Order: sequence, then C-alpha cells, then structure tokens
Amino acid sequence: MAPIVPAQGLMAPARRSNPRSWQGWGFVGPFMAVFALVFLAPIVYSLYISVFRQQLVGGTSFVGLENYQRALSDPLFWSALVRVSLFLLVQVPIMLGLALLVALAIDSGRLYGKSFFRISIFLPYAVPAVVAALMWGFMYGTRFGLVGNLNDALGTTLPDPLSPGLILASIGNIVTWEFVGYNMLIFYSALRVIPTSLYEAAEIDGAGQFRIIRAIKIPAIRGALVIAAIFSIIGSFQLFNEPSILQSLAPNAITTSFTPNLYAYSLSFSGQQYNYSATVAIIMGLITMVIAYVVQLRGMRKEA
Amino acid sequence: MNVNHRRALARGTALAGALALALTACGSSGDNAAAPAPGDAESVLEAGGEITVWAWEPTLEAVVEDFEAEYPNVDVELANVGTGNDQYTALQNAIAAGDGVPDVAQVEYYALPQFAIGESLADIGPLGAAELDGTFTPGPWSAVQQADGIYGLPMDSGPMALFYNEEVFTNLGLEVPTTWDEYLEAARAIHAADPNAYIANDTGDAGFVTSMIWQAGGQPYAVDGTDVTIDFTDEGTAKFAETWQTLLDEDLLAPIGSWSDEWYQGLGNGTIATLTIGAWMPANLESGVEAGAGKWRVAPMPQWEAGANATAENGGSALAVTEASPNKELAYAFVEYANAGDGVQTRVDGGAFPATVAELESEQFVNKEFEYFGGQKVNEVLAESATNVVEGWQYLPFQVYANSVFNDTVGQAYVGETTLQEGLADWQQLTTDYGNDQGFTVEN
Repeated sequence: MAPIVPAQGLMAPARRSNPRSWQGWGFVGPFMAVFALVFLAPIVYSLYISVFRQQLVGGTSFVGLENYQRALSDPLFWSALVRVSLFLLVQVPIMLGLALLVALAIDSGRLYGKSFFRISIFLPYAVPAVVAALMWGFMYGTRFGLVGNLNDALGTTLPDPLSPGLILASIGNIVTWEFVGYNMLIFYSALRVIPTSLYEAAEIDGAGQFRIIRAIKIPAIRGALVIAAIFSIIGSFQLFNEPSILQSLAPNAITTSFTPNLYAYSLSFSGQQYNYSATVAIIMGLITMVIAYVVQLRGMRKEA
Repeated sequence: MNVNHRRALARGTALAGALALALTACGSSGDNAAAPAPGDAESVLEAGGEITVWAWEPTLEAVVEDFEAEYPNVDVELANVGTGNDQYTALQNAIAAGDGVPDVAQVEYYALPQFAIGESLADIGPLGAAELDGTFTPGPWSAVQQADGIYGLPMDSGPMALFYNEEVFTNLGLEVPTTWDEYLEAARAIHAADPNAYIANDTGDAGFVTSMIWQAGGQPYAVDGTDVTIDFTDEGTAKFAETWQTLLDEDLLAPIGSWSDEWYQGLGNGTIATLTIGAWMPANLESGVEAGAGKWRVAPMPQWEAGANATAENGGSALAVTEASPNKELAYAFVEYANAGDGVQTRVDGGAFPATVAELESEQFVNKEFEYFGGQKVNEVLAESATNVVEGWQYLPFQVYANSVFNDTVGQAYVGETTLQEGLADWQQLTTDYGNDQGFTVEN
C-alpha cells in the first residue's frame, strides 16, 4: 500500500482537469506490487545480468548480446536441447497414452477396485522427485540393485540402465512412473463431467464402447489433453531433478550439460559463469514458451 | 561499499587489539597496527568474539570444544555445509551475494588457488602465518602459497600409499605390487580368479588422475600469475594413460563409484582389493568398512620404475580465512590453534593425518600400531610417503571448474566412448577455453 498513497496524492490535482480516475490502481496496486516483485523482477534481473560478463581475472564488463551469440553457437547447449526434445517426442506420448488408457479404464466403470487403482497409480506423484530418482537409481544398480538381483536370479546379463546409451530411456521410465497418475487424474476428472445422457443416447444408437471413446470421450476431453501436453512439454524442457540425482550414480553417462537446465546449473555453480548461465536460462525459457504456445494454438484451433 | 565498511571494521578491531596489547603488555616493542606482531593473538583471543567455521573434517569438533574451553570469550560456530564441491558451491554463492560468508572455511589444496585468485581468501601471512615456515611438510606448505601470499594453513595432507586387502593377495598367492607393471599383472590375476573381484574401483576421478600423473612426473599445469599452460601430452601423462587404458580395456577396474554403498561393501568383502589413495584413508576404513578389520594393510605406492620411491599428494585441505571476515585476527587465531597449535594433537588422536613436521616425526605417531591393520605401524609407511612427494606440481587457478567437467571428457573413456588420451585432450581443450574466457592467458 505504501507506494500507492503518495501516488494518489500526486495525482489529486490532475484529477480535477482529467476525468480519468486512478482509484482502480488502489485496488490492483497490492497485487501489482507483489506481481512485480516476485514475477517480473527476477526476469528483469536475469535479463540485466545476461548482458554482462564477469571474469575471474578482469572483473565485470558490459558485453551486450555477446552471451546470446555464444549460446546460439554453443554445441553443448544445442546437444542438450536436442536431447530433451528427443525425450519429449518419445516419453510424453507414452506417458499421456498410458494416462489416458488408465483414465478410460477407471471411467469405464467395469474395473473392479477402481478407487484402489486410482490411488495407487496416483501415489508416485506424491513421492518427491528427488526420492523417486534415488529409489530408481538403486533399483537400476547392476551389482546390488534390482537389475543386479534379476541377473543373479535368472543368470542373465541385462543391459546396464545407467550406461550412456540407456540413461535417457531410464530417466524417461522414472518420469513416466512419476507423472502417469497426475495426468490420469486430469483426464479422469475431465471424463467425469461428460453428461451421462450422451452415453445413453449413444447406447440407444447402438454404439460400442470403443465408438463411445472415439466419438464422445476423446473429443470431450480435448482441452484436458492439450493442457496435459503443455505441462509435459514444459516439464520435459525443464528436466533437471532426475538427471541431477542420477549423476552421482552415473557420472560419465550424465554430463554437466545433459539437459539445458542442468547445463545452466553447472555453468553457474561450478563454473561461476553466472552471466552466461542466465543467458542460457532465458533462451531456454523463450524456446519453451514458443513451443508451448504453438501446441496450445494448434490444440485449440482444432477444437473450434 | 559493504566490503569497505567491513575492512574498516577489521582495521578498527586490529587497532583495538593493538591498543589492548599496549595497555596490558607495556614492554612491547613499537609494532605498527597494519602488521600486528604474533603476540597480538593472545589479546585478540582474550577480547573474544564470534566466528563461523565451515568445515566437514570430523576431528574439528573436538578442537572447537577445546578451543572454546581455553578461550571462553570466543564463540566458534562450526557448520558442515557439505563436503568438497558442495561446500565450494555454498561458499561461492555466499561470496557472490556478499552475505553469510563464514570467517573460516575448509578448502582443499586443489581448490585453494581458485579462491585465492578470486580474492575471496585473506592473505594470512601478515597475521602470523609467515612465521610458520618449516612447521609444515613442504608439499602442503607450498600448496597454500599463491603468488605473494599465504592463503591458508595446512590442516591435513594426503601423501599416497597402496592400501590393500591382504587376504585377497595371500589367498591367490600374489605378491603385493611394487611397480605399476606388477599392479597390472595382479589386476589380471585377481579378476581371472573371481570375475566379481577387481584390483580397484574406478569410474573416473579427477583428483585421482591428477595425482597419478603427478607421481609419474607429469606436470600438465604450469601457472605463473595469469599465464597458464595446460599440456597433457608430456611423458608422465602418457605413462599413466597407457597403463590405465590397459586396465580399462581389459575390464580390470570395478565400475563402482568411490564412497558409494557398493564401494564400502566391496572394500569389506574383498571384491575391491586395493586403494591407491591419500594418507587420510585409515580413519575412513576403520569407520566405514568394519567387515575389513584385520584384513587391510598399507604398502608404498607402486612405482613407474622399479626401485624408485616417488609419491604424490591426494586430497588434503587447509583452513583459510575469508576476505569478507570482519574479524580476521580472531579467525586466524583459531586456524593457527587448530592447525599449528594444540589442535593438531587433538586431530591426530581423532585419526587425522597431520601436515605438521613435528607430529609426523614424533615417535608416538610413527610407532602407533593400528589394530584395524593387523597391528601394522601404518604411519611409518605414510610418513615415509610424505617425504617422497614429487616436487613442482601445480593446480590450475580454476581447478574446481576443471574437475567439474572431468567426467564430461576424460570420464567418457571409462564407459568406452573414447580413450584416456583423447579424453585428456578434450579436457585440456575445455579447460583452456574456460581459462581464456575467464581472462587468463592459457597456452597448451
């Protein structure tokens, strides 16, 4: 409130000649102040430090857009981006497909013990990502982990899930496990609001269950699908927790530039390249925004 | 502004300390306030105050207790904010933020140059450290000196030795290797006898590789102010890379990371037969590998040439006073107490391997029989190693960063994606680029 009061005082004489009322600002002011402080300020600060360069020798200097130029031609950044894009293209369809399947199964009313399934599939979402990654990390161990036990019991040599070739798939497995339940819940709640009269009408017309799914259920939850897809895209681009935790178990498979976020983190914390790190974060944020927006536009256009 | 304010405060404290000294000890010679005489320490300690210490070294806890008992006016807050890199991250953040910086921080020798050149650490030479010449063994003492200043007092040291599980060697009728060629033969024999057993574990560790190159006589880093040379093509590096590549190619190294649960189990059950590691290891074995009690022994490090006795340092750290500390005199007084005063014996009793000559040469230290090591006088071997460290090794002034990208480059050789030599070349390239980017002049 404090900054608003003098503003009103200053504006008071202007009000006499100008019919425009500033009283509205008094109401949105508190919100705007908090909004500016916690949402805009960090972004502005990141933009600010991204145009400087601090060196161990020579201190800080203004470099304009040099950091951006460097990021756009940085092979480490691009390979990280390609990696999360690949992750996105493979993992997200699998995860959303599974979530949809489970949601439809629970919604079908033909599943015995449906609340039990609902809660147990949702449960992994309640496990913190760090704990989940640690837990899976132990299971992936080829010597004392679950994979090791399987090898011992069956006399097989399963491929090492923490090797460079399989690590991305292993992370995809963890993320899928974590978020199927969450997405399932979004889909399920969207399915619950479909009027049952539609199903009755379909049944009278002689439509089977699969026809109902294709013609009624899926189109009806398109909005939820688009939302879930956007969340998943953002989540994929921001992939950090799982690789960061598994890094201690597979230091050679997960490099410091494994994902864009991990790269920004390493730049900042081990390399003290705060400025460049901010640049990478900003570029990554922009890319994520653009892709999420495109998906939203496409998703909504078809709906109309 | 903030820093200036703090400096002024520090100067004020120094002045107050000098004043107190002048009042209490009238006979004192006319020293100036900028370079207080060592006698100052007592008055600073009497005056007391609060200092914060960031360290993970477990034996420091007892030192702090003793210190506070002896100087009741001083309040030392000991915090463990993480080991190694975790602490450096926290320290860098605090320094960058200019807030919450501890007065004293534990910094490993490899990381010290980075903090010293960043002007994060105070030159403690004028505070009294300059007079401690000869107190510490040469390796650690030279490691805390950068350019023209002294940036910490050595807390412990890590002259390397070969720790081995004697049971494994006796069962197979193997001699303990004295050269790296014999080591390679032993590695083959151990793995052939039991496919689950390995001579050592290794998933790529920057500290280990640099120490091995150090012992082999390689000097990949040369630092002169801001002029840096990084060159991994010398003979010492080649010797190490060749032998280790053979070990990797023949799958003779267990793919287990150090300090993991699997590692502790392997050390206990004989599937990891040796450790080539710093002298600070015995306490870790005693506390972490109970199953290995009575089985482990210590031998001198294997050599590149039969009959030689070259060793290297592996790990070890110093206590440093931060530039941001408002009470550097008091902070230094604690550091001196812990690392050159009464604190040393406390830490030795707690299992630490000291860096001070007096303790290393004392009969009591050298002749101590370790029950865990079957009654072996372990310190004999380790103290001997401390005197044989190859001279002339330098770390980069940005070694913390370099080590953080070690697994991105050299580490790839451990998963068969490249060779050690190529990995080292990549590492050299990455660190060269970083150095130039940070304003150093880096050549290869």
